[in-house]
Amino acid sequence: MSSTFTYNFDTPTYKGVSTVPTGLFINGKFVDPVEKGTLDVVNPVNGKVLTSVAAGTAADIEIAAQAAKKAYKERWGLKVPGTERGKMLNKLADLLEANLDEFAALEALNVGKAFNMARIMDVGGAVGVLRYYAGWADKIQGKTIETNELKMAYTRHEPIGVVGAIIPWNFPLAMLSWKIAPALAAGNTIVLKPSELTPLTALRLCPLLVEAGFPDGVINIVSGYGSIAGQAISENMIIEKVAFTGSTLVGRKVMEAAAKSNLKKVTLELGGKSPSIIFDDVDLEQAVKWVGHGIFLNHGQACTAGSRIFVQEGIYDAFMKKFAEHASSLKLGDPFAPDTYQGPQVSQGQFERIMGYIKSGKEEGATVHIGGERHGDEGYFIQPTIFTDCKPDMKIVREEIFGPVAAVIKFTTEEEAIEQANDTLYGLACSVFTKDINRAIRVAHSIEAGTAWVNCSNIPDVGVPFGGFKQSGIGRELGEYALENYTNVKAVHINTGMCL
Amino acid sequence: MASLSARIVIRATNRELEIPTGLFIDNQFVPSVDSASEPIQAVNPSTEEPICSVVAGSAKDIDIAVAAARKAFNTTWGKNVTGFERSKLLNKLADLMERDQDILAEVESLNNGKPVKIARDFDIGDSIQCLRYYAGWADKITGQTIEVDNKTKLAFTKHDPIGVCGQIIPWNYPINMWAWKVGPALACGCTIVMKPSELTPLTALMLSKLIAEAGFPPGVVNTIPSLGSVGGAALSAHMGVDKVAFTGSTVTGRKIMEAAAKSNLKKVSLELGGKSPQIVFESADLDQAANWACLGILYNTGQDCTAGSRLYVQDTVYDKFISLLVPKAKELVIGDGFDEKSGGGPVVSKTQFDKVWRYIESGSAQGAKLALGGQKRPGKGFFVDPTIFTDINANMDIVRDEIFGPVLSVGRFKTEEEAISLANDTSYGLGAGLHSNDANQCMRVSSALEAGTVWVNQYNLLNNNVPFGGKKQSGIGRELGSYALEEYTSVKAVHWNFGEKLDWPL
Repeated sequence: MSSTFTYNFDTPTYKGVSTVPTGLFINGKFVDPVEKGTLDVVNPVNGKVLTSVAAGTAADIEIAAQAAKKAYKERWGLKVPGTERGKMLNKLADLLEANLDEFAALEALNVGKAFNMARIMDVGGAVGVLRYYAGWADKIQGKTIETNELKMAYTRHEPIGVVGAIIPWNFPLAMLSWKIAPALAAGNTIVLKPSELTPLTALRLCPLLVEAGFPDGVINIVSGYGSIAGQAISENMIIEKVAFTGSTLVGRKVMEAAAKSNLKKVTLELGGKSPSIIFDDVDLEQAVKWVGHGIFLNHGQACTAGSRIFVQEGIYDAFMKKFAEHASSLKLGDPFAPDTYQGPQVSQGQFERIMGYIKSGKEEGATVHIGGERHGDEGYFIQPTIFTDCKPDMKIVREEIFGPVAAVIKFTTEEEAIEQANDTLYGLACSVFTKDINRAIRVAHSIEAGTAWVNCSNIPDVGVPFGGFKQSGIGRELGEYALENYTNVKAVHINTGMCL
Repeated sequence: MASLSARIVIRATNRELEIPTGLFIDNQFVPSVDSASEPIQAVNPSTEEPICSVVAGSAKDIDIAVAAARKAFNTTWGKNVTGFERSKLLNKLADLMERDQDILAEVESLNNGKPVKIARDFDIGDSIQCLRYYAGWADKITGQTIEVDNKTKLAFTKHDPIGVCGQIIPWNYPINMWAWKVGPALACGCTIVMKPSELTPLTALMLSKLIAEAGFPPGVVNTIPSLGSVGGAALSAHMGVDKVAFTGSTVTGRKIMEAAAKSNLKKVSLELGGKSPQIVFESADLDQAANWACLGILYNTGQDCTAGSRLYVQDTVYDKFISLLVPKAKELVIGDGFDEKSGGGPVVSKTQFDKVWRYIESGSAQGAKLALGGQKRPGKGFFVDPTIFTDINANMDIVRDEIFGPVLSVGRFKTEEEAISLANDTSYGLGAGLHSNDANQCMRVSSALEAGTVWVNQYNLLNNNVPFGGKKQSGIGRELGSYALEEYTSVKAVHWNFGEKLDWPL
């Protein structure tokens, strides 16, 4: 197995050469996995194998965890002042920004998303997150707490120690930044497993981690299969916290393994079936665009995809006409073509899954308003698809599809919309569209979801917390709130005069 | 018309440079609109030679600067710029300061007298960190949402920038005090009219150049060197300034607060004088305590608002401690800032020099004993050597008044209660230090000392993320840490009714 993968980009939007190390990045070096496994990385545009990279197993996770523990004890944690940790995070942000196009190209190649979007949302987003948490690193504050004059009580917000992170394939680099930035800012060391589908940008980042000055062992990147390396992280006895973003199904396994091993702390960012609710007083043009953005962004491969669309009676026909026009106008094509909006779905597996849902929608009696078929005959492209006449018990209404498939339901009253929107096990996000501000607030407050977008959708902000109600997750990412996931609160009681 | 730049030659480092000498308004260096305005002469306190002169602003120039700051606040700054942008610019400013740290250190030393290495590693090093620290806060200014009645009202607070801030800074740490003021104000979205000290205007003007280079929009930071009684007074009384922040003497602080009250009730924060005590208990590591005591009174040649200028030593260890303290204090070499050997520089001006000597003379005249110092140095330069008085009593001027020089008054005590009482017997309350190995005693005494900063087994060392300010007549408000943000924020509470219909008449 070669230790690097070199790709020559010669496209209308990016030309350049990228060299990606393919080993496991442990303790500041690239190493082979103990059991010498590999995994193939596929180009979703044509289904062809791009390269193979190392695939770690439990043995490698143990080595990485040991390295992370040693690093935590000797050269990280509270031994390094917050100001220093912040400096390194800022340096990493600078380095990533200096190589923005290359990283965007790798992401576009591996995930199949449009290069122009990858530049702004994925890489640009990651840079912003790193800088935001760089600023928190020296501001992690506990409290002094008044009890009585004979006792001095205060809290320390200490780092947890070694944390594990398991990230998904839909926004690989951005999801990596959401995990490592608060973890490092708070003083933890990390063992991170990128998705087996999309390891390239994580691996390409490793030399930048070294250049940014992070000591060996502080961040370890171990590629591998979720069921093997991911499971190993969840079970590892040294790792004291695991953060997982992915499907609800796997999230359960992570939590179970955590419970059975060392009761490590768990945060989960899981699936969603987020409702977009459109009232009949909306600005039609804008609503169509935002709702489209809600479901078709990233080819529907977003945990917050607004995949159930509730349209009020009065505006239903007008909205559906414009919505179909909008969806039909989305340009599918090569990620590196300048006007591409939607590339292929990320893998064969995802492609088949989504097509399976489309088939079930047809079989269960929903109407295909537009789309419903594969696009082209090479790669994993699927047409933007809108189903109407959907009923609450249909699979396409209940289950997360994770593709460019919208299920539209007509409603009459506000109460009906709220009730149907909440009729789900999920609770990640929701979008409410109306000009009536009182209604907007009422509805936003009534939906059981961790994020409510009013007159917009799918537009997070690094300073604003993000996470799920119900089975969409545990804990919050982004904003100041993320720091809680990576700190252990110690209360200190100093007796200054009590005698027994 | 006065020239808007000057050529300075620093002989000791063979450096020649041009520094701006005009008023800095709207990112440009300009002359005063007042032709009668006499320029300010910047002097080298080690040689008593003039360095160059800078334009002095008049009240009319302050008006123009305030108008520029207001315009920027309404158009390109304030709520018109995101926290993310403000963060970026502050980080850029820190980078530029780091790039120019050697030049800035030399000019700081030339004008203020402090050793170059200290200026670079401590004053400027800390200032760079301070700007970076506040860059990190800029996009994290959060209010609260508050539970009132879920059926009818959404209540929340917004932390708005206060607006146009007048900032008046002293001559003892020109660059560092500039950073302490500029960092939080800009992070919160305020615009600034800065009046650097008339004694040390040069580095503030050089830093203004960096403000423009970093990309801050014109008018966000304006710099008007001027006499305190002119520019400082104008800012304090100005109807267009929303807040004034002042660091300097308590005497001037009162005038500023009065002017604020009489004009538009602008918000005021004050960082004033101190007569900070250090207490050495018998369980202390005496050698260490002596080191910290020296640092406390001799750092920056005693020209520090938290200077540990009173020292109380427990009877049982008094003689031993004094025998450690005096030789250590003697070791500090006061000399030219460009001399490698200098651990401290001259005091900043003739006025300060004369004031310090008046106190030294009064100490002897009022019956205190000189354990060290007392010899005036002949020749050029405002050099004052470490001076220690013992056998003091609470009524002596050297014990009550802030001297702002390397002059220490040492007293003794028997009990902890007595020490606390002596330490607190002052109208000031800026800093205090205690040295003890008895943990419970440390807790009791630190609790009892009436000071905004209490050091336990340490002195003088601050951190950008820990708040700093005075109790009693040492000041109002806090700088540094997250607390500084409160000084530059105005809280607006919004009550948003979305469900209540009002019956009328009630």
